[in-house]
Amino acid sequence: MSLIAELLVKSLPLVRGGRVLQRDISFSVSAGEILSIRGPNGVGKTSLLRAIAGLLAIPDDCIIFRLHPNGIAAHPEERRANVGWLGHLDGVKRQLSLRENLQFHYRYNRGSGGVREALAAFGLGHLQELPAQYLSYGQRRRLAFARLLVDARWLWLLDEPMSAIDSTGKECIRRHIQEHCGKGGMVVAAVHEPLGVETASLELE
Amino acid sequence: MIAYANPQRFLDASRPFVPWLFGVSAVFLGVGVYLALFVVPPEQQQGDAVRIMFVHVPAAWIGMGAYALMAICSVWALVNRHPLADLAAREAAPLGALFTALALITGSLWGKPMWGTYWVWDARLTSFLLLFFLYVGYIAFWNVTEDETRAARGAAILAIVGAVNLPIIKFSVDWWNTLHQGESIFRSGGPVIAGIFLWPLFIMVAGYTALFTALWIVRIRTAILRRIIRSRVSVALDR
Amino acid sequence: MSCLALIGRDVRLASRGGGSTLLALAFFAAIVTLVPLGIGPRPGLLHAVAGGIIMLCATLAALLSLDHLFQADFDDGSLELLATGPLSLESLAVSKIVAHWLATGLPLLAISPLAAFAMELPGNGLFALLQSVALATPAVSAMGAIGASLTLAAKRGGLILPLIVLPLLTPVVIFGAGIVRSAMEGMANGAALYLGAYSLAAVLLSPFAVAAGLRTNLSA
Repeated sequence: MSLIAELLVKSLPLVRGGRVLQRDISFSVSAGEILSIRGPNGVGKTSLLRAIAGLLAIPDDCIIFRLHPNGIAAHPEERRANVGWLGHLDGVKRQLSLRENLQFHYRYNRGSGGVREALAAFGLGHLQELPAQYLSYGQRRRLAFARLLVDARWLWLLDEPMSAIDSTGKECIRRHIQEHCGKGGMVVAAVHEPLGVETASLELE
Repeated sequence: MIAYANPQRFLDASRPFVPWLFGVSAVFLGVGVYLALFVVPPEQQQGDAVRIMFVHVPAAWIGMGAYALMAICSVWALVNRHPLADLAAREAAPLGALFTALALITGSLWGKPMWGTYWVWDARLTSFLLLFFLYVGYIAFWNVTEDETRAARGAAILAIVGAVNLPIIKFSVDWWNTLHQGESIFRSGGPVIAGIFLWPLFIMVAGYTALFTALWIVRIRTAILRRIIRSRVSVALDR
Repeated sequence: MSCLALIGRDVRLASRGGGSTLLALAFFAAIVTLVPLGIGPRPGLLHAVAGGIIMLCATLAALLSLDHLFQADFDDGSLELLATGPLSLESLAVSKIVAHWLATGLPLLAISPLAAFAMELPGNGLFALLQSVALATPAVSAMGAIGASLTLAAKRGGLILPLIVLPLLTPVVIFGAGIVRSAMEGMANGAALYLGAYSLAAVLLSPFAVAAGLRTNLSA
């Protein structure tokens, strides 16, 4: 996956179900930055993340990834291949064990992180052979986050990453977000409570 | 309002045509039915039963033509994202299904005196039944998909896949069984139907085509108006 | 590599408890058992229709599991993850179709001699039946995947799927049964060639329609 130097959003309108949510969103995020997006329910936080991820149809060239050292990814298909996505749904396969779940993403994404290490980092190491159906909701969210560590993408898009996570889990997520950005990654997260580690925030209304 | 510019223009432009089309279809259908019932002589082998042909054959043509029309509108909708194209395709489907059903019913009524039974698994009847099911699937797809954008794009893909498949389905059914009489109007060497049958038939085809076009335009107009009402209601609610 | 990972995961999921492989096989076995009960025990009757019936049952059994093809991944969020990955949606579609065939088409092919035996299909029809199921099931997976991708956002998508896919599968049923008939009557009729060509075209072309369907349902 290409290293992303900058995420540029300019004059982006957001429409959902025929209704205009936002007329003109503009911002940019550089490598190493953590942006939190805040605002009341229904203003389009999730839609904005989906738009960045290439999962929502938007006008051409409103969202551009500047790649390192040169080149851009603007087309939705190119953007999709370059984001680490954590949505509302955790994308965990109940029938597969925790290890199988991550192993699949590791192979599918030609990832670089270690599966064992990622599980251990989120306190799931001792459960790795357990089918994921036995996990609690909070544990599934942790597993979903651990997936980001094996996927090896530079831009993480997180939708409510802290929901249903306990305080040690939150601390763990904060640490990994900072670590990721320390290595030159970037994070855009839709949140209700401040992440505590953001370098910038965007208020939608 | 920009999105409605074209549909609005369609509303204005189509309005004067509707009564004319209904008028033309009434005249042609009236003359055609008169010719078919009172002027055309009984056919040598089929007797009076041949008169069913005048309602059956045009219905079958319209039934097939409407599917082609639907597929063309669907390509147009996917390529140009034209707001009118989705509606045009969607509104053609129930009419196409109606004419296909009419062709099936008149065909089976014609079959009773000809074959001694209302239904035989012959190639053309079977193809038409499958065409009818393709319409039913398309209409059902529109009805069960709530999100209108998704429904429109999905239905367009479905119509195109169906249109690509239709000749193969036709070929496979023909291959499977051919009991029906062969092509009798358009075939090399000119038509074998006598002129006395042919003219009323063409008049009926013209009448059916005008009727289909009139109904189609009315349906599209209704759909546009409904869409405008819905958008005004949601604007009013937002205030 | 990514394709293989996805195919491997899908086959594994299908083979686990409650997966589609067992479901398809059980459905196939149940319906093949019911047919003789429905049409009566007269000996000559059964073996005359056996080929066509088994063909049709295999098609229906493969179709049954299709609504799961993308729906399960769509509902639990996996489809978003697969889409935000290295594969184009077209390659994703091809992988899913191949996986579906491996997880249902192939097991159905393996079990159909048993069905042929149970339905008293004459020996000369057996090879033809295998040929017909082998050529037909890829087309069912491919055409069915189109339906599965389109009905993702539909309420009661599982019910609408057979309605839109079955008419499209007419050639598969006709040529598939034709292969068996030609073997039993000892006359060459070209059905195998037609079915092979149809299957090949379906497998090559349907990924584009599937990708278009996925794109619509992911991004609307």
